[in-house]
Amino acid sequence: MSALQIKKGATSHSAYNLRSTFSDVEERHTLAVVVDNEAGVLARVIGLFSGRGYNIESLTVAEIDHTGHLSRITIVTTGTPQVIEQIKAQLGRIVPVHRVNDLTVEGPSVERELALFKVEGTGDKRVEALRLADIFRANVVDSTLTSFVFEITGAPEKIDAFAELMRPLGLLEVARTGVAALSRGGL
Amino acid sequence: MTRQMTGARMVVQALKDQGVDVVFGYPGGAVLPIYDEIFQQNEIQHILVRHEQGAVHAAEGYARATGKPGVVLVTSGPGATNAVTGLTDALMDSIPIIVLTGQVPTFMIGNDAFQEADTVGITRPCTKHNWLVKDTDKLSTVLHEAFHVAMTGRPGPVLVDIPKDVQFASGIYTAPQKGGSRRYQPQIKGDLDAITELVAALETAKRPIFYTGGGVINSGKAASQLLCELVEATGFPVTSTLMGLGAYPASGKSWLGMLGMHGLYEANMAMHGCDLMINIGARFDDRITGRVDAFSPHSTKAHIDIDPSSINKVIRVDIPIVGDVAHVLEDMLKIWKSRGRKTNKEALPKWWAQIEEWRKVDCLKFEQKGSIIKPQHALKRLEELTKGHDRYICTEVGQHQMWAAQYLNFEGPNRWMTSGGLGTMGYGFPASIGVQMAHPDALVINVAGEASWLMNMQEMGTAMQFNLPVKQFILNNERLGMVRQWQELLHGERYSQSWSESLPDFVKLAEAFGAKGILCSDPDDLDDAIMEMINYDGPVIFDCLVAKHENCFPMIPSGKAHNEMLLGDASTKNAIGAKGAVMV
Repeated sequence: MSALQIKKGATSHSAYNLRSTFSDVEERHTLAVVVDNEAGVLARVIGLFSGRGYNIESLTVAEIDHTGHLSRITIVTTGTPQVIEQIKAQLGRIVPVHRVNDLTVEGPSVERELALFKVEGTGDKRVEALRLADIFRANVVDSTLTSFVFEITGAPEKIDAFAELMRPLGLLEVARTGVAALSRGGL
Repeated sequence: MTRQMTGARMVVQALKDQGVDVVFGYPGGAVLPIYDEIFQQNEIQHILVRHEQGAVHAAEGYARATGKPGVVLVTSGPGATNAVTGLTDALMDSIPIIVLTGQVPTFMIGNDAFQEADTVGITRPCTKHNWLVKDTDKLSTVLHEAFHVAMTGRPGPVLVDIPKDVQFASGIYTAPQKGGSRRYQPQIKGDLDAITELVAALETAKRPIFYTGGGVINSGKAASQLLCELVEATGFPVTSTLMGLGAYPASGKSWLGMLGMHGLYEANMAMHGCDLMINIGARFDDRITGRVDAFSPHSTKAHIDIDPSSINKVIRVDIPIVGDVAHVLEDMLKIWKSRGRKTNKEALPKWWAQIEEWRKVDCLKFEQKGSIIKPQHALKRLEELTKGHDRYICTEVGQHQMWAAQYLNFEGPNRWMTSGGLGTMGYGFPASIGVQMAHPDALVINVAGEASWLMNMQEMGTAMQFNLPVKQFILNNERLGMVRQWQELLHGERYSQSWSESLPDFVKLAEAFGAKGILCSDPDDLDDAIMEMINYDGPVIFDCLVAKHENCFPMIPSGKAHNEMLLGDASTKNAIGAKGAVMV
């Protein structure tokens, strides 16, 4: 922890301050944003990113509390530490935003993404695709005599790796959900 | 208290319950039910503007001059899109306004109906928050929340889009709840550890400076009083942004004048040379900082701001304090007093001696000679002849705006209305109408350039209709002065499209509206003409013909640091490098 710059007297005592903010190195951060599920809330979040020139690598959103009408938006973004701090502060001042958590700095977290792959082929290629799918613990959710649809869940890197392997074997289409993430451990 | 009423009546009831006494607006098909309700009551006065942009700027002027929110009522489609510039202006300058727009009925939304526009979509990036209300039962709660959001935390514009069928339908009206919306409660009190750290820095600083901004004014009159108390007690110099003028009185002994691109030499040099910068409610705007990597290189920087996203956005600060200016200043004074009211008594006189040296440069000096009025001279005389009055100043945008900031003195908050962040030409005239509505007996002057003024000149009709004796003090150089100045400094004196050709005869223009027009071109006539303007009971267009090629100095060229200021025409050769030229 000593290498981290802990600002004395910093107003927020959250983990946001536990990193050096002087670096110019671009970092990848996963942010979890809990919002009121009301009309236009996603547009507000996306508009903030496009209007201020921030990156979005992946974005997922769904209602997580049907009685309280709360949605969770998981955003994977890149930027220098200063830009990441800005993104969090800007998200925090959107009126329907309840809280913003930076899963990348607030402690260990798990990230999962689901993807569907359509692979077409016959003979050896078809057998090889099925064999690799088994190694990656992908499920076959649709099959014809010449094609498969695989369902795979995992960290984004695992899905990237699977895509690379499927490409020469007749990959036709990919659908990915984007990252869902939670911090590890209890509250 | 809950009761049944139509959506249109709810709008009027909510405005009354929120203490609104004036609405600026323009009717149209999609707001007719609300206008019908306005017709049937007398508590809220409606000011009919001549263009929706004028309504928003008038509401901004009203809000800045009172500290209360300004309210606008316009129709759907073009009514809403015409309000967009004003909304953006209010967002940039943190002005609380509530814009109510009519919308086509809910069952027609999305059908490209007549005068339909995606108002909440268009205004999402230029409001603090906006709502489309599709259910009359929710209308009153949304309206109250709109007032709460506009006024709480960093103030700003909000918009409520109300479809016509929602206005006609009946629903349950709910009165405002104490404390406002539960879901929007920004941090008001500053962190005491951080404030203590700042106080400790105050006690030892050798070359401190207060750098104050519009946040002090937005925080309310108490914040200005606390600032004055703090400045007087510590004896530290104080400078302010364009938006913050008046929070500390210009006659105060610690006043350095405005800072920034056209700020005073002593203020900018002190910012560059300080060892402790205390930013109170300002946001390190690019007009203030100049070249960011050379900005005040040797100082510890503290930043008090109610908006966490302002902190570390442009300039990295050492002591960030999130909170309302008045609350933080109160705690700061309390802690500083309890620790024995210490300042660095040895170093401060040396710092002031250095500032006095900078002051000797006399950066605002100019020579009024010959038969042509210099714009600076016109403003100096205006200051001299109006300073005893209960006076409010608005401006348009450009050279005249900077000269007004330099040569007029502001002794209290809420008396200076100008478009800072967005730089909206056409702001000042309608704003002056809003200010005069708030202060019917005050002397309200809009210092204008002829080009800016023409952008919203239709509001003469509003001023006449409502007997608003606003004084339009136009410094007429027949040029887009600031554009011309930049073309001179940056573009080889090629004055592309910066001439105002075919200008109207402003005296006749005034007379056409039934107002008074005054033309002044001789320095010897200036005082009498200004007195005539002040003493006339009604709107005046004062056409002051001034020197055509006067430049506004001092100037920090874009891409340069605070200590690389241009002071006058002699120093402008190759002033702006290639890097600076791409900046605005």
